[in-house]
Amino acid sequence: MLQISDLHATVADKPILKGLSLTINAGEVHAIMGPNGAGKSTLGYTLGGRPGYEVTGGSAMLEGADLLEMEPHERAAAGLFLGFQYPVEIPGVSNLQFLREALNAQRKGRGEAPLSGGEFLKIAREKSALLKMDMEMLKRPVNVGFSGGEKKRAEMVQMGILDPKLAILDETDSGLDIDALRICGEGINAIMRRPDKAVLLITHYQRLLDYVKPDFVHVLAGGRIVKSGGPELAHELEERGYEAVEGAAA
Amino acid sequence: MSEQSVPEAEVVEIRDQAARDAAARVAEYEHGWSSDIEQEYGPKGLSEDTVRYISAKKDEPEWMLEWRLKAYRHWLTMPMPDWAKLNIPPIDYQAAYYWAAPKTKDGPKSLDEVDPEILRVYEKLGIPLEEQKVLAGVEGARKVAVDAVFDSVSVATTFRKELEAAGVIFRSISEAIREYPELVRKWLGKVVPMGDNYFSALNCAVFSDGTFVYVPEGVRCPMELSTYFRINAENTGQFERTLIVCDKGAYVSYLEGCTAPQRDENQLHAAVVELVALDDAEIKYSTVQNWYPGDAQGKGGIYNFVTKRALCQGKRSKVSWTQVETGSAITWKYPSCVLNGEDSVGEFYSVAVTNNHQQADTGTKMIHNGKGSRSTIVSKGISAGKSQNTYRGLVRVAAQAEGVRNFTQCDSLLLGKDCGAHTVPYIEVRNPSATIEHEATTSKISDDQLFYAMQRGLDQEASVALIVNGFAKEVLQQLPMEFAVEAQKLLGISLEGSVG
Repeated sequence: MLQISDLHATVADKPILKGLSLTINAGEVHAIMGPNGAGKSTLGYTLGGRPGYEVTGGSAMLEGADLLEMEPHERAAAGLFLGFQYPVEIPGVSNLQFLREALNAQRKGRGEAPLSGGEFLKIAREKSALLKMDMEMLKRPVNVGFSGGEKKRAEMVQMGILDPKLAILDETDSGLDIDALRICGEGINAIMRRPDKAVLLITHYQRLLDYVKPDFVHVLAGGRIVKSGGPELAHELEERGYEAVEGAAA
Repeated sequence: MSEQSVPEAEVVEIRDQAARDAAARVAEYEHGWSSDIEQEYGPKGLSEDTVRYISAKKDEPEWMLEWRLKAYRHWLTMPMPDWAKLNIPPIDYQAAYYWAAPKTKDGPKSLDEVDPEILRVYEKLGIPLEEQKVLAGVEGARKVAVDAVFDSVSVATTFRKELEAAGVIFRSISEAIREYPELVRKWLGKVVPMGDNYFSALNCAVFSDGTFVYVPEGVRCPMELSTYFRINAENTGQFERTLIVCDKGAYVSYLEGCTAPQRDENQLHAAVVELVALDDAEIKYSTVQNWYPGDAQGKGGIYNFVTKRALCQGKRSKVSWTQVETGSAITWKYPSCVLNGEDSVGEFYSVAVTNNHQQADTGTKMIHNGKGSRSTIVSKGISAGKSQNTYRGLVRVAAQAEGVRNFTQCDSLLLGKDCGAHTVPYIEVRNPSATIEHEATTSKISDDQLFYAMQRGLDQEASVALIVNGFAKEVLQQLPMEFAVEAQKLLGISLEGSVG
């Protein structure tokens, strides 16, 4: 599904990613953990194509297509979804309008026919129910006046509606109370735990991984993956801290 | 509803036709100046002779000529206003034509000769080919397009009959001066006196044509009125004159303008619009203005110096101005309400977009003379490129006006770092019982917003359009439905290439 090899990226001329390699196969869930400033968010933004995140070396392929050659919206149409750590407000634009336009733009990019209003609403109802989000919320402007938890749940509804192949979820668990964490976790499983999809979770904590069980866990430090393992690695990190685990790896 | 009201389905169908009225009138003018065969040119430059020539051509009564001459003589004594935050190059009034300027030889012969940039915009707006030719000023295109729009004359006739059955008078102002002189004379220049300002005086002297609407007592106009179906009458644009009178308890919604960028040989546009609302009357006046803004380097473009004012004379009368201003090199425009009636209501909803080197100084005046009068002002300015965008507004409460309320909201959105947004509110309150609220914000389209929208699948253009439309939503939702959709597209197109 996703093949990153020897990826280098700079932000404001400062090297952040320094030779990161990672392969994710269809049907897998990977978790990336690591200390602050390790480059976790940079990885997500770089793969998403955010301006200002400059790739200086290496490659990233999504299902054989060169991600780095594409515009951000083309990457979305190719099946990449980025769950934002801080979802952005768009005043005056309802979630439904935003998502319908986005979905139809993606479909157009893939050469598919646009969805009618009715077809779209059916999907929106289904996915918001999955995340236990009232449809009324989707009629409100994108993220405006939403609590931290509501924003994260809305991100998962967006993911459900856009139906990506690969979701990179950047600290989706931050700002969530226990119930919301469970709902989001179950939502991720329902939407993405499928043989033709894959997930990359970026997180600081074990707690999201209690709901979304990763197949692989990686430690990102100094712009590279310094250690990889199974789900037990997350527990080890939680118990011993990054420094000890990193030190052992080095 | 009046007794002559027609079934719902028919109204809808006719409303669709309603927008085509101007084209109908153009078709009827075949004997006149719009004919290619009998083109007549007025004298070049501005003089009493020019004024007399225009009046004679229009077969006007003596009082009308006197009125024009008085305005002209007054105009001669006036200085060009310079208080707006605009940089206006000197205008040579003696180099212009005020009546049917001779066609330039270098007009496009076919669409192939039209600026591809303009054609691309037509395409995006989904304008049919024949109409594109008319808009672009392709020679000989008009007749064809009018025929294309009107597959039969009966459509226009049905439309006109419908209005007549309701008692609504909808005429070109020239026709109205001949057919309804008392009615026109009673109100013409009463809302905007000829000496009101430099450009209104100029308009009084040389206005070429325009629209007259009278809605009689208790009548709800059965359709939305429009001067255009995109195809503007070629020569009314420059000095247009509009007078709309809504009698007691009457209602009318009037749409002015055109979303497609129009070619025009005249650089200066100085229209005057006067609205009169008597007791319990309501007028909704919507404008989409997209005159040629000049090129990306700031060369060319229309100067749009318009005076629009409404007289809310009657008790509980209401006037609502909605404008979407995206065109013109320079815009100088303040649609206003004089709220004389007790409990009268004035509203102003505006989106003004400036890009490249465009300049806009626009806003409103709400003059509260009546007790309990209320006004709402919502202004959304969007600046991009090297443009300057100013909101200028006056809220005045007279000493005798008890219990006045005003709410003003001015929001500015900046795209890029070379543009400017300015807010100049004037508040003059002479009665302590008034409640005046003013809110203002300035924001930018953030990189966060752009990337967020693009990550969800929208390209940069669509992302900017979406964010800008969200910003302007409160105003856009005031527009009649068929206009709103086009206006939304237009906002996106006007800002193309302004980010990134």
